[in-house]
Amino acid sequence: MTVGTNNVGKQEAHARRTKIQERAMGGVFFVAALASVFAVAMICVFLLGEGIPAIGEIGVRGFLLGTDWSPSNIPPSFGIFPMIVGSVLVTLGAVILGVPIGIFSAVYLSYSCPPRLYRFLKPGVDLLAGIPSVVYGFFGMAALTPLLGSSMLSASVLLGIMILPTVITLSENALRAIPGDRYEGALALGAKHYRSVFGVVLPAARSGVIAAIILGLGRAIGETMAVIMVAGNQARMPEGLLDGVRTMTANIVLEMGYASGMHRRALIATGAVLFVFILLIDLCVPFITRGRNAGPLRKLFKPKAGNAL
Amino acid sequence: MNCFVVRDLNLHYGDNHALKDITLDMKYREITALIGPSGCGKSTFLRTLNRMNDLIEGCRIDGSIRLFDDDIYAMSDVSVLRKRVGMVFQKPNPFPMSVFDNVAFGPRTHGIRSRQELEMIVEKSLRDAAIWDEVKDRLKKPALSLSGGQQQRLCIARALAVSPEVLLLDEPTSALDPISTAKIEELLDELKAKYTVVIVTHNMQQAALISDRTAFFLLGNLVEYGETKELFSNPKDERTREYISVKVGAGNSRSSSSPDVARLVG
Repeated sequence: MTVGTNNVGKQEAHARRTKIQERAMGGVFFVAALASVFAVAMICVFLLGEGIPAIGEIGVRGFLLGTDWSPSNIPPSFGIFPMIVGSVLVTLGAVILGVPIGIFSAVYLSYSCPPRLYRFLKPGVDLLAGIPSVVYGFFGMAALTPLLGSSMLSASVLLGIMILPTVITLSENALRAIPGDRYEGALALGAKHYRSVFGVVLPAARSGVIAAIILGLGRAIGETMAVIMVAGNQARMPEGLLDGVRTMTANIVLEMGYASGMHRRALIATGAVLFVFILLIDLCVPFITRGRNAGPLRKLFKPKAGNAL
Repeated sequence: MNCFVVRDLNLHYGDNHALKDITLDMKYREITALIGPSGCGKSTFLRTLNRMNDLIEGCRIDGSIRLFDDDIYAMSDVSVLRKRVGMVFQKPNPFPMSVFDNVAFGPRTHGIRSRQELEMIVEKSLRDAAIWDEVKDRLKKPALSLSGGQQQRLCIARALAVSPEVLLLDEPTSALDPISTAKIEELLDELKAKYTVVIVTHNMQQAALISDRTAFFLLGNLVEYGETKELFSNPKDERTREYISVKVGAGNSRSSSSPDVARLVG
């Protein structure tokens, strides 16, 4: 009997110890998880804290919609509208060029590629993701600008290439996550291979593919170094595809080195605007990927269904 | 009249000899049931009838299968065959789109664009699959919002929408509850009037209840094939007798009250 109670006591002590350990480990993981949230919060505080007052001083309209960026004039002028337009257009161009190629690549990799070829193609795509952006920039200077000039088009083409690995990898994962019985079901109705893939599998993977596009978009709008090297960087409204263009990121990097006072604060405010763009883009993702039938954006992106009786 | 004429069919997956010298005739507008233990080749055989095995790498097929007058392995365009020989899978696999679009997918694939015509086909197919009344007000709703039994009948409707001559069903009720199963069994009995039906099933009662002819497979061999009544009441082969008696016995104890089952399992 004494042995029995002793055992119970030991077990209880052990249970208590385990519980404390579990709690402690839980705390460690919690703090680790907080670190990234904390970092985002600090970036928010810093950027918006410095940027918003600056925007207030310049005037919201004058800053966001002003077309004249002349920080060293007297009096200076801080209109970043050309840079906003530049960022948006360059990104849009990258998406127009990169997304179809990326999705077609993903379809090929997941549904048509012979395994032996896959062993070469897949690492190739992964490698593309690992190349530093300055190397992309060199490539652009060597291969694109001689043909297209330092222009919006050059930047879009280059960014289109740079977002490929993001779009391809995420789309491929989304396509592979669709159970094979959907594809077989389409084949069994007499659909050909590509009709099955594009008619059934791709729509089924829609949310994942859209998430891939949006993450690619985020990567394109935030890219700096490669863009600076091929875009020309003139701080004025672009008037054509072959015009030079300056993005918000380029604006910050090119001038931060020597800016001071109001100029410096206007650059930080530019960063704040860019940050808001990125936030908006990222906020879209959970809306789209949330559930099978949930999410306002999913409805928006739904292919026009010819289904009313 | 024979719908399928199968002669000396042999199928290999790599080194695995999965079907051995299968020879049988399947009658026009009858229900043929394929039974046998898991891995006996019955599903593989079913998938030779619409050439779904073509998808599997290392799959080799010898012998011949004729669908009426056409040698199906001589057909250059397999999608033509699959339009004539529809298939319903074990797990309901509706496409992630609306009920209407699911049924219209096949007709659209085969070039029907007219809205009116599509609406007609969809309604007729859903009626034939005995699900029209349940979904007529939710044609625009996602097919995945239907219950499992409804999804399976939707898949049957989808297969019927391309007006096939034959309907292949691969254990169509094994993932469904008894009520949904009964509905589909009833439906198959009606479909027999217009289609030749081939069904793979693990459920002996189902085979005995709905089929006209039954084929018993074992280890890649066709052991016995004949009229269902005959095969179940008076099997010629000892292996058939054994399989049927064991399966029917197990089926009975499963369907009896649950304490019995608990005692058996415990």
